[in-house]
Amino acid sequence: MYQWRMIRSATAILSFFSKASIAYTFVETEASMAAASFGVSSAAVQAVKSSASPLPSLPVIRSEARPISGRINRSRNAGKIATHAVAAQTENPASAASKPGHEVLLFEALREGLEEEMERDPRVCIFGEDVGHYGGSYKVSKGLADKYGDLRVLDTPIAENSFTGMAVGAAMTGLRPVVEGMNMGFLLLAFNQISDNCGMLHYTSGGQFTIPTVIRGPGGVGRQLGAEHSQRLESYFQSIPGIQMVACSTPYNAKGLMKAAIRSENPVVLFEHVLLYNLKERIPDEEYVVSLEEAEMVRPGEHVTILTYSRMRYHVMQAAKTLVNKGYDPEVIDIRSLKPFDLYTIGNSIKKTHKVLIVEECMRTGGIGASLTAAINENFNDYLDAPIVCLSSQDVPTPYAGTLEEVTVVQPSQIVTAVEQLCR
Amino acid sequence: MAQLIRRAAALNKSLPAASFAARGLATASTSPITVETSLPFTGHNIDPPSRSVETSPQELLTFFRDMALMRRMEIAADSLYKAKLIRGFCHLYDGQEAVCVGMEAAINRKDCIITAYRDHCIFLGRGGTLLEAFAELMGRKDGCSKGKGGSMHFYKKEGGFYGGHGIVGAQVPLGCGLAFAQKYSKDESVTFAMYGDGAANQGQLFEALNMAALWDLPAILVCENNHYGMGTAEWRAAKSPAYYKRGDYVPGLKVDGMDALAVKQACKFAKEHALKNGPIILEMDTYRYHGHSMSDPGSTYRTRDEISGVRQERDPIERIRKLVLAHDLATEKELKDTEKEVRKEVDEAIAQAKESPMPDPSELFSNVYAKGLGTEHKTGTLQITYNYLLLALKDLVAFFLVVFIRSRQKRSENCTSMSENINNDSTCQDPFVD
Repeated sequence: MYQWRMIRSATAILSFFSKASIAYTFVETEASMAAASFGVSSAAVQAVKSSASPLPSLPVIRSEARPISGRINRSRNAGKIATHAVAAQTENPASAASKPGHEVLLFEALREGLEEEMERDPRVCIFGEDVGHYGGSYKVSKGLADKYGDLRVLDTPIAENSFTGMAVGAAMTGLRPVVEGMNMGFLLLAFNQISDNCGMLHYTSGGQFTIPTVIRGPGGVGRQLGAEHSQRLESYFQSIPGIQMVACSTPYNAKGLMKAAIRSENPVVLFEHVLLYNLKERIPDEEYVVSLEEAEMVRPGEHVTILTYSRMRYHVMQAAKTLVNKGYDPEVIDIRSLKPFDLYTIGNSIKKTHKVLIVEECMRTGGIGASLTAAINENFNDYLDAPIVCLSSQDVPTPYAGTLEEVTVVQPSQIVTAVEQLCR
Repeated sequence: MAQLIRRAAALNKSLPAASFAARGLATASTSPITVETSLPFTGHNIDPPSRSVETSPQELLTFFRDMALMRRMEIAADSLYKAKLIRGFCHLYDGQEAVCVGMEAAINRKDCIITAYRDHCIFLGRGGTLLEAFAELMGRKDGCSKGKGGSMHFYKKEGGFYGGHGIVGAQVPLGCGLAFAQKYSKDESVTFAMYGDGAANQGQLFEALNMAALWDLPAILVCENNHYGMGTAEWRAAKSPAYYKRGDYVPGLKVDGMDALAVKQACKFAKEHALKNGPIILEMDTYRYHGHSMSDPGSTYRTRDEISGVRQERDPIERIRKLVLAHDLATEKELKDTEKEVRKEVDEAIAQAKESPMPDPSELFSNVYAKGLGTEHKTGTLQITYNYLLLALKDLVAFFLVVFIRSRQKRSENCTSMSENINNDSTCQDPFVD
């Protein structure tokens, strides 16, 4: 009796390692060798690998493998730890319901982040159109000009190219400007400054200058804003060497990413979304910063890995409700870091589920999804049971008409269909 | 006469083979000399400064030496390019040295200078060494940008030199940003944002000028008008080639850019103005002997007579030479010796730069990001293998641990610590029963 228990425990530990390690193939062989030598069929190990019928009682360890000395958490608790597993690495698990916190809308969270950083570091300043006296066209910088003055919260004329250039010049001397594009699409006019000066100066000067700018603004498809005001610039900026790109999706990560971006020595482009500014969430009272290079585990699951970011996260979660009702168990990851990708979290997920669905708002051609598909194929090809499915927006200028605009963007029903097909 | 010999002797002793930072002409007199500039200044919306410039023998001799060094460096770069040691783009500054040297005489290292791609001499003026310059041109490790920038990307942070930019006109908003930072930090220093007559037609320049004027930034926009934007003459590219007037509400000054003293006077004047009243435009009327870059012969859009004419009438080095000789500050021979010395300095620097190795292959990925994330820690094949090995090792350890514990448990027949760890409670229950 005891021996059987021992063998099962040993198998559990081995499978724990097999889940947690990157060298999955290697350990799997070890596990099956071990199992074979103990005279236990490797069925237990195989069962772990198969995602079709997960053993509910087996411990499921998420992205960061905890050391063995701690207790192995039961699968019953797996849902609770995993929700902010990655985020929990870097800050206190303040998102747990135990701490009170305060409710904010997303734009208020951004403002809080900005204000805290401006308070903390006198070198932080804001450049943008209508950020000062008007308070920001999306109220992100409301009240900051009254508090910090016109020089720190600078109302610029409508000259994206040159005020972005000015921000880069100021950053070269040590200031930490936050540049706001009233709509991300306007920053196309500043592409040269962002690409050549922001992104490359650190390299071409041999490391003499760092450019700690943050370039932020709302982008994405809104409600019938028209083609020029519904652009997704992450696909154009992603090849620029030297910049980091992040996309926020909740008040919690908006504030955290804003703070992290301001503190980063690298130029960071923070993509917000026009439709997400009024999202409400309870965020911690204490100061926290979110890692710029990590993805967020939104919903752990077993059947399929759904990678998404920004507004599409909500479409995916909506689809996830339907999927759960239909008996599927999708794992939803908000990739957050668009450049560089958090292949660690993504890879661990793929090793578990072996199926990937990417849902993005970029256009089909040359978008984030296209790059992510390539990166996953390159790195995790062996773990895929099916080709990666990438749902993106259509390669068209976003039309004004509501019905057409709806079809341009990925809708939850399409996500449900894609998962069903993938998990057939 | 005796005084002259004494001074000459002192001169000969104290001219070192050093960078501009160490001025060995301290023994030369600093007694003021007043010189009239060759041409009067022309002002736009401003009263121009006087034509009389205060200078000193030391300063004039420094001008001569510095300009001779710069000229020599550019000529040497020309030969190096033709010998294929310098590749890509190489934009030479010979003929325009007076702008750079005159500007340096009027300002200090806290003031910032930013310019476009014709930056070799300005880099030197800001404290860059010949070795750094030549090594960078040849793409070697000892270059000022570690060989990763090239001719168009010379920077010197300690010297207040912000480059070195390839895209025409993009440096002017950056310059206004530098001025903004100076105003923000209340530095009492100014920024000289330099650009050419070709870049004067860029929109971002006017955007930047508007903002600088709006916020009274201490920015001085310096248009080095060498009359040709690459291959296009100024009258073919600009409706109004009076670049100093283009600022409209921003005052401007037109300066003879081949006269180092006029440049010095103008820059001093501009600095005072910028610190009090905000931006000002300086148009330096200058000329380049070489083509736009090494791939441009420079004679298809202008006549050789024009080039040689300017060289005879307006050459900046010749002007200073005449001044020095006229005021008896040095003999013809001493000046020739200075030139020979400078030539030797340049040759030595080139030899040293040639010895410098190419950058390490790992330098390809360094300085892309400031903290070494991303490309430096990219999961390359080596990194993956390393990860595999590390984790395989961990698994092996765990494997043997299990074997060990199991063998121990086999001996004892009790409920073991292993299952107690797995169970959260103390009773020996099967861990997998819900």
